[in-house]
This record gives sequence, C-alpha cells and structure tokens, in this order.
Amino acid sequence: MRQDILTDDSLTFAEKIISVRADGGENIHHPGDITVLPADLAMAQDSTGPLAIKVFGEMGVPKVWDPSKIHLVIDHSFPAPDEKVANLHHLMRGFVKKHGVRLVEGSISHQHLLENHIVPGMVLFGADSHTCQGGAVGAFATGIGSSEMAAVWASGKLWVKVPESLKVNLTGQFKKGVFARDVVSHFIATVGEDGGNYRSIEWKGAAVKDLSIASRACISNNSMECGCKLSVFEVDPSTQEYFRSVNRKPMYEINAGSKATYKDEYDIDLGKLGPEVAEPGNVDKVKEVGELEGTPIDEAFIGSSTNGRYEDLAVTAKILKGHKVKSGTRCIITPASRNVFEQAIRNGLAEIFLQSGAVFTNATCGACVGTHLGVLGENEVCISSSPRNYIGRMGAITSKIYLSSPATAAASAIEGKIADPRRYL
Amino acid sequence: MTSLSILKGRTWVWPDDVNTDIIIPFRFKARTNDPVEMAKYAMYGFDPEFYKKVKPGDLFVAGKNFGGGSSREQAPVAIKYSNVAAVVAESFARIFYRNCFAIGLPALEVPGISKQVKQFDEIEVNLQDWSVKTRDGRVHSALKVPEFLRGLMREGGLVEYYKDHHGFPWETLENKAITR
Repeated sequence: MRQDILTDDSLTFAEKIISVRADGGENIHHPGDITVLPADLAMAQDSTGPLAIKVFGEMGVPKVWDPSKIHLVIDHSFPAPDEKVANLHHLMRGFVKKHGVRLVEGSISHQHLLENHIVPGMVLFGADSHTCQGGAVGAFATGIGSSEMAAVWASGKLWVKVPESLKVNLTGQFKKGVFARDVVSHFIATVGEDGGNYRSIEWKGAAVKDLSIASRACISNNSMECGCKLSVFEVDPSTQEYFRSVNRKPMYEINAGSKATYKDEYDIDLGKLGPEVAEPGNVDKVKEVGELEGTPIDEAFIGSSTNGRYEDLAVTAKILKGHKVKSGTRCIITPASRNVFEQAIRNGLAEIFLQSGAVFTNATCGACVGTHLGVLGENEVCISSSPRNYIGRMGAITSKIYLSSPATAAASAIEGKIADPRRYL
Repeated sequence: MTSLSILKGRTWVWPDDVNTDIIIPFRFKARTNDPVEMAKYAMYGFDPEFYKKVKPGDLFVAGKNFGGGSSREQAPVAIKYSNVAAVVAESFARIFYRNCFAIGLPALEVPGISKQVKQFDEIEVNLQDWSVKTRDGRVHSALKVPEFLRGLMREGGLVEYYKDHHGFPWETLENKAITR
C-alpha cells in the first residue's frame, strides 16, 4: 500500500479510505471513479437476511467467502411476534448452522457491531440503510440490498463509486434540552431528504471533541435520512480512548486532508439550536418544538438504532423521574442492545421507567418499523426518537409520526402532547 | 434481446421523495420471502389496492429521490413482480438504484421527465439507447450508466448473471477502475 495516500493533504475521507482499501492501495481514486472494495464485515438482519439467503441459494454458491466476517442479526422483530416472522428467523438460524456464520439475537445490529466489532478504517457492508452509523468511528460503512449482500457473502467484495463529500463544521456548545439528534435533524432540514444522496458527510469542527461516541453514532446513523453513502467522524483522542477501553485495534486511522475538495460546506453553531421536531410524512420538515407544542399524542416511543443508547435512556429517566406518563398515552422505551438493556436495569433506570407507567421492552427495532411493541392504529399520533416518520412506517397508513430527541419524546409522554423538554431538565 | 429492448406501456406517475416505506411497508415485507406475495403490497402507502389496478407492462415515472429510506430490496422486487417493466425517475435514492440493477429491474434517471408525462400516458423506454420517448414523440436521454451495470440489468440481475458467468460483473473492474 502507498503510505502517501494516508498523508495526502488533498484527499477527503472517502477518497482516502477507498484508495487505501481498493486495488491493494496502489491508486488514488476520486469522486465518480468506480472500483471494488474488499469487505471486512458483512451484516444482514432479519428483514433483509432471509431474502439474501434465498438469493444466495438461487445463485448456487456452495459456500460463503469467510464465515467469521458474516453476521446475521435478528433484531427488527425480536423475539418473533408471529408465525410468519418466526419462520424467517428459523431460515436464518438454519443458514447460520449450515455455513458457520455469526448469529446475533436481540441487539440492534448497528449498536451490536459498534460495541463489539467495528474499528476505524474497516470496510463494512450492511443490508440495512443505517449501516452508515459505523462512520462514527472512522469506518467505511454503508448500506446495500439483499442480492448484493449475497454477492458479498459469495466473493467478499463489492463495487463502489467514490462519492463527493460534504463538510459540516460544528462549533459552540449545546444549550439545555438540546442533543445530537437535534443537530442532525437541523442538518437534514437544511440539505433536504436527498441532500446527501450518493455523498459522504464529514462532521468536523471544534465542537466534535465534546460529542460522545454514542452522540456521534446518533448523528452518523440519522444522516441516512438525507440519503448519504457515508457519514464520518475522524479518529480523535475520544475515539482512541474508546478503542483502548474496549481493547480493539484500529485498522487505519484516516483523516481527511486540510486541502480536500468538498461539494458543499455547512456551519452549525450548536448554541443556536433548540429542540427540533420533524412533522409527519417527511424527515426534512423540521420545526423548533415551540411551534408544535400542545399537539396531542397517543404514543411516545424512545428507542431505535438512532436513539436507543444508554445516554438516550439516561436522559429519558432524568425527565420521567417523579412524573407519570399521561393517562391515555403510552410511552414505550426500547434499548438498542442487550448491553444497554442490562446497564439500564443495573443502574436503576428500569425502575424509573416502570414507576412512571412507561413500558420498557427488550432490545429490538420494534415500534420504529411497525412490526411489534408499539404499532400505531388508524389516525393515531406518535412522537418518536426513531429515524423515520414516513406514511405507515409504524402502523396504519393514516397514523402520524413526529420525530424528536428522546428528551422531547419523554417530556411529551408526561404531558400527553408535544412538550418542551427544557421544563423537565 | 432486441424485442425486449423497447418497452411500451402506460405510465403511473409518482411524486418526489417516494420512499420504500410507501413502496412496501415493513410489516408486510418482513413476513414473506415470496416475491409474488410482496407484489400484493406494492405502493401500499399510497393505495392498498394498487396491486389490483396495475397491468403487466405498465411503467413508472417518478420525481426526484425515488426509493429513499430503507435498504429493503423487497421494494424494487414488489414493483418488478407487479409486472412493471421499468422505473424512470428524475433521480433515485442510492440503495434503491443499486438494488434495481441487482434484481434486473430497468431503472433510468431522466432529469425533467416527471413534467413531461401524465398519468396513464403511453410512453416508450428504450434499453438499447437508454432513453425515454414521451407521447409527443420527443426522446429524452437517461443519464449514462457504466456498461457493466447495464449488462447486469440486461441479463436479469445478479442471480442470472452468476448462474451464467460463475462470477460477478464488477470482478472485471479490479485493478482497472472506471475513471470519469
């Protein structure tokens, strides 16, 4: 590999990581180039894996390229809410048995991989759009479909086009009641639902050092809602400390050059943001909470791969402590992983949730995708920390979803209507 | 090939930002592995009865960012197994677009096309020239696509390609990347 690629001051993160990892690291690739990347990790979950298994079988490939690098994760509907789902889970377990690939049950894939497998510089393909969360720790992590996943299982490789890059400069400090989710909601509203399509987003600036790895994961994950291919934070002392603490070694620490070319650049002063809420139907229709306060809700959902981490549950507990969920409103809290679930029980969060009248479920995607544990009926209204508010996403096509941070959703659960979290912090 | 290279059909026109939750809701797509069953829920978010109204050979014309959101390949599969012959859009969301080639559903990006076509117009999609002919006889070129992807689409997607070639179309690209 050409070492000069890593130190080239003119290259973006995407140009560097693709150039380093493709063709033995011998060529520099620029936006628009198409090349082939070797996968270090390939993940499929229970709503994309069964189709990939079917396609793999139809191709007639006798065995997978490397069972240790393939992860099948049963997370979207866990445990199976009905017979049809149970049959697809059974198909996945059968594939695991036959090919010796890894099986994970009951943690959301993106959080499980962050906690246990992803390292900086890794190439990760996931049959799930929110795979881009891996960019939070400087990995090449992107979503693909089931047939391409079957091709990765067969060959360990996939074609990629080098994306153009967007640069977001974060400065300032959060005010009370404002969180990582509000930053990324604000950004999506700025660029629009397809503003990041085919692009790599680089989150930079003085404020990044104050963002926890969990907050960075929230931002990288939710960046998918503007269509991005990658959403990355460079490896910094916080990232290095995180990987020391979990005893995993980075493959490459890739930082964009200071003279790299960006398609567009954006400045966001965290101190100027308030709690943000997206209105039903489109993720980019975002308003400050004050404009929507008082909107009656039937359900508040706190969870998902975007906002189901420990810090999300901790702020939810802080808000719910000493309060009751409004009568007639349901509040559903779903952790992103078994690890988060355990921590929440160990540290007394579960007790606070139950005392408030909330439902505290096992880790799953659950309500976010309208599969179980919080499905919406006709005309019901929900405020949710999950990533999408599309028609019928959480249930009936007449139901409506507002999106917010966990704090805003928790405050809304107490009042039975959209509420400002600052009153409870 | 020649007989299949021009697709004539009536058009369903869709707006901007039609996401994959609209194309097929999770709760249906995550409960079957059968493409014929998936097709029963095609475009469910807009019209739960769409599957009764669509006819073989129909075409889609959409605005920008068609297929955004979830990576679910069941979305283009539901469209393909509704016997929709091709999808034309101002632009596609990244994963949906890749999935179309992977399953052999023709997907053409034609900027401005949604303003040129009305619901149920008869149009022609030319897979040889990679263009669309509207009712007024005008021909609109689609954005260029690398030949290895068009070949993949022509051969019917990854399953058919792998059966014929025992490999994947991009394997020929290694160490000689396509440069713009």
